[in-house]
Amino acid sequence: MKRLVLLGMLLFPLPLVAGNATGKVLYDQNCAVCHGYDGHGGVGVPLALPAFLSTVSNDFLFSTIRNGRPGRVMPAFRNLSDRQISAIVRYIRSWQPGSEPRDSAVTIRGDMIRGGKLFKKYCASCHGDRAQGSPGTGVTFSRPRNLPIMAPALNNSGFLKAASNAMLLRTITQGRKGTPMPSAASMGLKQKDIHDIIAWLRHFEKRHASRKQEKESPVIVQESSYDLKTTVNNVKQAARGKNFRIIRVQYLDQGLVEPGKEDRRKVIIYFCNFNLLNKALALDPRVGLFLPCRVTVIEHKGRVKVVSINPTMLSHLFNNEELDRMCKEMKQTYMEIIEEATL
Amino acid sequence: MRNLARNCLGGLLLMLLSGVAMAGTGRILMVRSPQMFPETMITLQNTIRKFGYKISRVQRVDIGLTKSGYKTDRYRVVFFGKAGEVRKIANRYPQLAAYLPMKISLFAEGRETIVLAADPMMLTRVVDAQALRPILRRWSSDLQKILEIVRKSDD
Ligand code: HEC
Ligand code: HEC
Repeated sequence: MKRLVLLGMLLFPLPLVAGNATGKVLYDQNCAVCHGYDGHGGVGVPLALPAFLSTVSNDFLFSTIRNGRPGRVMPAFRNLSDRQISAIVRYIRSWQPGSEPRDSAVTIRGDMIRGGKLFKKYCASCHGDRAQGSPGTGVTFSRPRNLPIMAPALNNSGFLKAASNAMLLRTITQGRKGTPMPSAASMGLKQKDIHDIIAWLRHFEKRHASRKQEKESPVIVQESSYDLKTTVNNVKQAARGKNFRIIRVQYLDQGLVEPGKEDRRKVIIYFCNFNLLNKALALDPRVGLFLPCRVTVIEHKGRVKVVSINPTMLSHLFNNEELDRMCKEMKQTYMEIIEEATL
Repeated sequence: MRNLARNCLGGLLLMLLSGVAMAGTGRILMVRSPQMFPETMITLQNTIRKFGYKISRVQRVDIGLTKSGYKTDRYRVVFFGKAGEVRKIANRYPQLAAYLPMKISLFAEGRETIVLAADPMMLTRVVDAQALRPILRRWSSDLQKILEIVRKSDD
């Protein structure tokens, strides 16, 4: 028991003695899943590149972690204390000691309209017309993609809040060696051009960028006017009619109970369109958690109900705006199939 | 006494060290396994079983894709649950059946593996019944512990 207390005392102050050890523990827990244990990237972009670390300040890192990038996968870590975030920043910095640049105040006096035109000409091919970033996530290499690293969204409120003018100027001037991001000189851009582009990027700060919180229910429920068997058949037919392939029909507790003991009043129908599945996974590999499509038919107290997930909550769940449109379409499809099967 | 000490210590360590990444709104639980896909799959399935759950099925998302001519790395979804619990919840709250049994998906990322699940606590947004909370809380806590073990599977 004495040993336990002693150990407890040894363990408890650990998070307070903020050193790189704490930073590493926190980084491994919160960040490595997307950015890799050594910062090489994954669902997230690489963080360990010298060309990245030498162009961003600790304030930039701190702000990015605290506020995240709304709608661009990178979460806001509101649950971490300032001290914990600072420990993470110190740990990231330790990959390239002394790399922090000196951020001096830079005033941008640029021609926003001209900047917008230059952006479309030189930057939009990677960062998108409205600087919304390229589709997909980080450097995930589990499937083919256009860019080895996704181009971040530059119109993003979280990014613009974190990025000082000095950081933007430095990044655009130098590019990021080891990534597709080219230097201004290599694109033939002058100092004035860069100022114009920054002025244009800054105008996104005035937009209402906040994403509306999702109020919709995570499920779709519909009562059927048919019996269980007919409803199941109707679902299958309706799904086929929408170009889905029925890949599996099973009882809800199949595999959990002995064969023959399943509850036959609860049936799952899986259906898939592999083209759609492939597209969804390319946008965000994590959505496979909710695919292929699935509808569950249940007989409950003499009534038959059809239930499914509500796909529109996925883009919020994954903090990924790219999924918005696809999820809305998916919801529409689900609704149509369910209505056709039940009415 | 020994056991008690070990349990307390284990709990303490878990409190301090468990920090399965809660992405976004805190409803996706996600970790990076330092092991390759096949080893991660084994660790995951063994761990799920250690927590008393039965694995009902493994959905091979990658096989379907590859058969249809698409390129993908390994991608699977593992379904699991306790028959009694699944049946009870589905009977009482049929609208939750869309999320039953529980599942964890995993996909290869080079020599490592990404493992993720939706936090069952998000279902309180569908049904917020006092009677339901304890079980969702336990599922959530079990999931986090399972993922934490997978994350540390190299140590
Ligand atoms: C060939 C594709 C490509 C082009 C063209 C390009 N970029 Fe980039 N850019 C990238 C990529 C990829 C990154 C992310 C690099 C990384 O991971 O560190 C990036 C990063 C950036 C960043 C840092 C973003 C952040 O989140 O830290 C800024 C700012 C930026 N680019 C501005 C521009 C501007 C302005 C132009 C046009 C003058 C431009 N880029 C042209 C691909 C491109
Ligand atoms: C769910 C995945 C995910 C998690 C977890 C995550 N990130 Fe990110 N992170 C991303 C993505 C994706 C981007 C690029 C966003 C964009 O396109 O603007 C990013 C961007 C960043 C950037 C800006 C990089 C740049 O080039 O400007 C920093 C810094 C960063 N993350 C640090 C962290 C830290 C530190 C943690 C842990 C506290 C963390 N991230 C957790 C996915 C994640």
